[in-house]
Amino acid sequence: MTRRGARPLAARRGTRLADLAGVGPPMVLFCLFIIVPMIAAVVLSFVTWNGLGTPRWAGGANWAQFFRDPVARTSVLVTAKVVLLSYLVQTPVSMALGLFTAGRQRYRSVYAAIYVLPLLLSTAGIALMWESLLDPNFGALTALSKSWHLGFLQQNWLGNPDLTLYVIVAIIAWQFIPFHTLLYAVGRRQIPDVLYEAARLDGASPAQMFWRVTLPQLRYTIVTSGILMTVGALTYFDIIYIMTDGGPGYTTRVLSLDMYNVAFVQDQYGYASVLAVILSAIGIAVAVGLVRFTGFGAMASQQEGAV
Amino acid sequence: MTRRPRAGRTIAFLLATVWLLVVIAPLYYMVLASFRTQGTYLTENPWVPSGGLSVSSYGTVFAAGLGRYLLNSVILTAVCIVLTVTISLAAAFRIVRRASRAVSVSFAVMLFGLAIPVQAIIVPIYVLIYKMHLYDTLFALILTLSAAAIPVSVLIMVSFVRDIPREMIGAVLVDGGSEWTVFRRLIWPLSKPVLATLSIYNGLNVWNNFLLPLVLTQSTGVAVLPLGLTKLEGLYSVNVPAVMAGVLLSVLPLLILFIAMRRQVMKSLGGILAR
Repeated sequence: MTRRGARPLAARRGTRLADLAGVGPPMVLFCLFIIVPMIAAVVLSFVTWNGLGTPRWAGGANWAQFFRDPVARTSVLVTAKVVLLSYLVQTPVSMALGLFTAGRQRYRSVYAAIYVLPLLLSTAGIALMWESLLDPNFGALTALSKSWHLGFLQQNWLGNPDLTLYVIVAIIAWQFIPFHTLLYAVGRRQIPDVLYEAARLDGASPAQMFWRVTLPQLRYTIVTSGILMTVGALTYFDIIYIMTDGGPGYTTRVLSLDMYNVAFVQDQYGYASVLAVILSAIGIAVAVGLVRFTGFGAMASQQEGAV
Repeated sequence: MTRRPRAGRTIAFLLATVWLLVVIAPLYYMVLASFRTQGTYLTENPWVPSGGLSVSSYGTVFAAGLGRYLLNSVILTAVCIVLTVTISLAAAFRIVRRASRAVSVSFAVMLFGLAIPVQAIIVPIYVLIYKMHLYDTLFALILTLSAAAIPVSVLIMVSFVRDIPREMIGAVLVDGGSEWTVFRRLIWPLSKPVLATLSIYNGLNVWNNFLLPLVLTQSTGVAVLPLGLTKLEGLYSVNVPAVMAGVLLSVLPLLILFIAMRRQVMKSLGGILAR
């Protein structure tokens, strides 16, 4: 009822104090450790600095270095491969499992609970587990290949340049499909049953129901999951750092790993910041692109209007 | 007419069971391997519980300092959860009340943070922490991990507090209550379920984070579990059972929580994702 101007002065002062107490702490924390470093990353990309001594202004030298650096070029390519493959592998599997676990049968909720288990493991734990499982000498797959005479299971999974990238993509999928399955299950449960009943009355087949009802209704979920998947794969670091450290050769050296090495192994903070800025620029571009491309903004407002 | 859906259901069941095996098999392997000794790990079939099992690996990892990592992780996670959840609820309350322009601007700035991956700012964060003389302390991890959790937390809390009817807030104010009374009597009690949800979500992220501890700490005294596990691997690169025991022990607290609160966790993860 009371507009801002009509409030007594004391109350207004109280409100201002409350604002400061409420928004102040998170803002200080957030600005100090996220916003300031972000600005600093951009500034650092124009200086030469090894962490000790004084930073020297470098102009565009670091940026020019990026375009001459063959390792960086490889990293960009490897990153693109990881992102694309991750998306193509994880989306259909997560959608199928999500739709499955959203079903009403009791055993499906038991399945769903087991599917979640990989989410509890830390990335470090997952990396260590798969590392020993895939060990070419004593690993579990090698043992399987011996007892079942399946020769192809005995591979140098993490040392073969033609294979390792795919192994990494598979392990990332193992880690993240549970999360996206959950996402799709939630999305499916939010579709009103009425739509399916109407489709059934119209004589729609299960396939038609999937294409005409389920898929369009899942748009929101597909976009959210797609953004999280792409940006997640783009900044993927932990598993690759622990399992292959970019090897064999540079075959799994993604951009975030390249940046880590340039910064903390080679002590080139300026050039590392170039890689960091490029990494976040691609991330933001991909997210914005996906939002535009799928008309996510229009959908969000449509939803808001409905509520 | 009835045959096709049934056939479809069978295929779905079979495929879902294949994925179930894909999830369970590596975990089963890990559990079994952790109960081997170094000798039986090399000689026995890793899929069959034969040749005698032993718990000696669990003793080995505790002797190697896993208890310390566990303690560090518990402290870090608990402090981060309490910190982020309280301050983001308070912020969400002010943002929804839309009291001033500064508040709205702050919200926009924080939302912008959703697009910034920690990897992209890890170098300046390292420099900053170093200059603040916080390098190699748990405090450095508390500050940075909490800051990283703020955008998502505030967003989730705002979308919740927004659903609290304005009339309820108005009623408290008309009765002569202050903003503080509104927060304490209304917002805080109503938010408890969402706070649990957010705690689980943030807790998982903090507990499992690897990059920040890797860059911001060094000594074993402040190592948290994910980092500690890789240190274990460095120490015992040939002792796979010990490493597997370490990984399992690091999951155990989460697993117990998960089994105890399975419904809440599934619902809350789902709830957060639905936003």
